Amino acid sequence: MSRSGSLISIHNLSKSYRVGEVTVDALRGVDLEVGASEFLSIVGPSGSGKSTLFHILGGLTPPTRGSVSIDGVNLAEMSDAGRTNMRKTKVGFVFQKYNLLPTLTARDNIAIARHIAGKPLEHDAWFTEVLDLLGISGRLDHKPRAMSGGEQQRVAIARAIVNHPAILLADEPTGNLDTKNSDAVLNVLRGLNERLGQTILMITHNHEAAAYGHRIVNMRDGQIVY
Amino acid sequence: MINKLVLENLKHRPVRTLLSVLAIAIEVTMILTLVGLSRGMLDEAGRRAKGVGADVWIRPPGSSAISFSSAPMSEGLLKYFGEQPHVTVATGTIAQPIGGIDTVTGVDLEKFSRLSGGFRYLAGGPFQAPDDILVDERYAKQNHLEVGSQLKLLNKQWRVCGIFETGKLARLVLPLARLQELTGNTGKLTQIFVKLDDPKLTNEMVRSFKQKLPDYAIYSIEEFTSLFSVNNVPGLKPFIYVVIAISVIVGFLVVFLSMYTAVLERTREIGILKSLGAGPNYILSILLRETFVLAAVGSLLGILFSFGTRWLILEFAGATLTAMITPDWWPTTTIIAVGGAVMGSLYPGWKAIKQDALEALSYE
Ligand SMILES: Nc1ncnc2c1ncn2[C@@H]1O[C@H](COP(=O)(O)OP(=O)(O)OP(=O)(O)O)[C@@H](O)[C@H]1O
Ligand SMILES: [Mg+2]
Repeated sequence: MSRSGSLISIHNLSKSYRVGEVTVDALRGVDLEVGASEFLSIVGPSGSGKSTLFHILGGLTPPTRGSVSIDGVNLAEMSDAGRTNMRKTKVGFVFQKYNLLPTLTARDNIAIARHIAGKPLEHDAWFTEVLDLLGISGRLDHKPRAMSGGEQQRVAIARAIVNHPAILLADEPTGNLDTKNSDAVLNVLRGLNERLGQTILMITHNHEAAAYGHRIVNMRDGQIVY
Repeated sequence: MINKLVLENLKHRPVRTLLSVLAIAIEVTMILTLVGLSRGMLDEAGRRAKGVGADVWIRPPGSSAISFSSAPMSEGLLKYFGEQPHVTVATGTIAQPIGGIDTVTGVDLEKFSRLSGGFRYLAGGPFQAPDDILVDERYAKQNHLEVGSQLKLLNKQWRVCGIFETGKLARLVLPLARLQELTGNTGKLTQIFVKLDDPKLTNEMVRSFKQKLPDYAIYSIEEFTSLFSVNNVPGLKPFIYVVIAISVIVGFLVVFLSMYTAVLERTREIGILKSLGAGPNYILSILLRETFVLAAVGSLLGILFSFGTRWLILEFAGATLTAMITPDWWPTTTIIAVGGAVMGSLYPGWKAIKQDALEALSYE
């Protein structure tokens, strides 16, 4: 099904949650192709299934129907262990808030992602550049509660890409930030995309934020609308 | 890296960490104190027995090294043993319980001296008046007694006439005849000591005495002191096991609760780790390491505490109780504490693994 050149191919993806006796259809037949090095914004009302789509892409929950492949690997055929493994290397997550482990410094929050992936803890030249780009080089020895929301979010971004994931999934990364911090984070994302070719999918409620992406996808009631 | 996270987590909730460590320490101290107390008491009894200087001990029919029979022996036996070949001294004592685990012992000082070289007096000396009593150093210290002090025992006032070095036969000593008369046991003995001209003949003589007096409990000194072990005190071993079991359960519950609340509290953090690709083994390893640190530090502290409890016992109950430090039990108690703690963290660990990462990361 995947179009040549696509990094992510989603075809007829559905996801239903059972809540007691009720079945909630969070996604109902999503088709989406995302190319390598693309910066895609996803907008849509609350409950339209945006986060669910990310969770499936990140292997945090299996799809009910349909196919999803990242980098040519079909997620539907993966075991729990396979999906865990995929999270180590293929995808990086950034959530709305409380992304960091509160007891660890920024540096260690990043290091633990390396450790989980079984990679050496030293920063390579590439990552040093990332840290400069994010403007957090001077904050690495602080714990989360000593940092502003924007700084925390930028550390979370650094951590999400430290293992060179194929895609960065950012779920409302600026949803909890003021304009100034929000701009800093969005500029960082655009910088990562432009300078390093990082593929980014970003969910947002904010149309100004969405405009940072190359392409905007609208979701409604578990489907993509054009 | 995991270790750093574990340490930071422990530091993050110092009270929780402290209480868990303390509970495990108390668990370990409880076991070590009980074992140290049992061993100390038995060892002390054994040493006092050795201090007598006899080669052969004779106890009434039906008694054991640890307990006396209610039927004492006749003094006439002394004459019999005295006439046996190789016997240089045969003397007897009578022991009278005075409440608790204390006893007062009636001794024939003159013959006892020939047996053991006599008591070494730190103050005062042998009996001078009918109401004189000898006490050992530890009893004197515990009860603040000096030569000339008054002491009430067996419904009578006694005067301390001498204080002797601890470690020989008894703690409280009265003249044999006086104690026999007071307790209505004139002519009766509860144990008889025999000294031989050549200690090498001990086993041979014990065998021959046993043949001639088959009903009596007859031991060589080696045999006798070896009987002062945990295994030979009826009920002591099961008692120790019960205390260990209770300690383990307490340690288990405390760690269970502590790790359980830690998992609940860290729902989001566990979710973050999972989103970073941490598998079940990684999550479990964090919790187990944390548990292990709690148990290890707790055990160490428990061992230190056991020196404290020993000091307390010697300081405040030194007259009747002694306790030993038992390093050979340190590994055992540490394993017990770690084992209980690991068991206590299994269910919380399982819960952490099963926890839905999405639920943890959902915002509202
Ligand atoms: N774990 C779950 N169990 C049951 N229902 C769920 C679960 N997660 C999501 N849903 C339901 O699926 C639907 C889509 O949820 P989702 O979180 O994907 O929406 P969203 O577009 O991210 O919304 P928002 O903008 O509020 O974050 C909602 O109706 C939601 O209640
Ligand atoms: Mg959402």
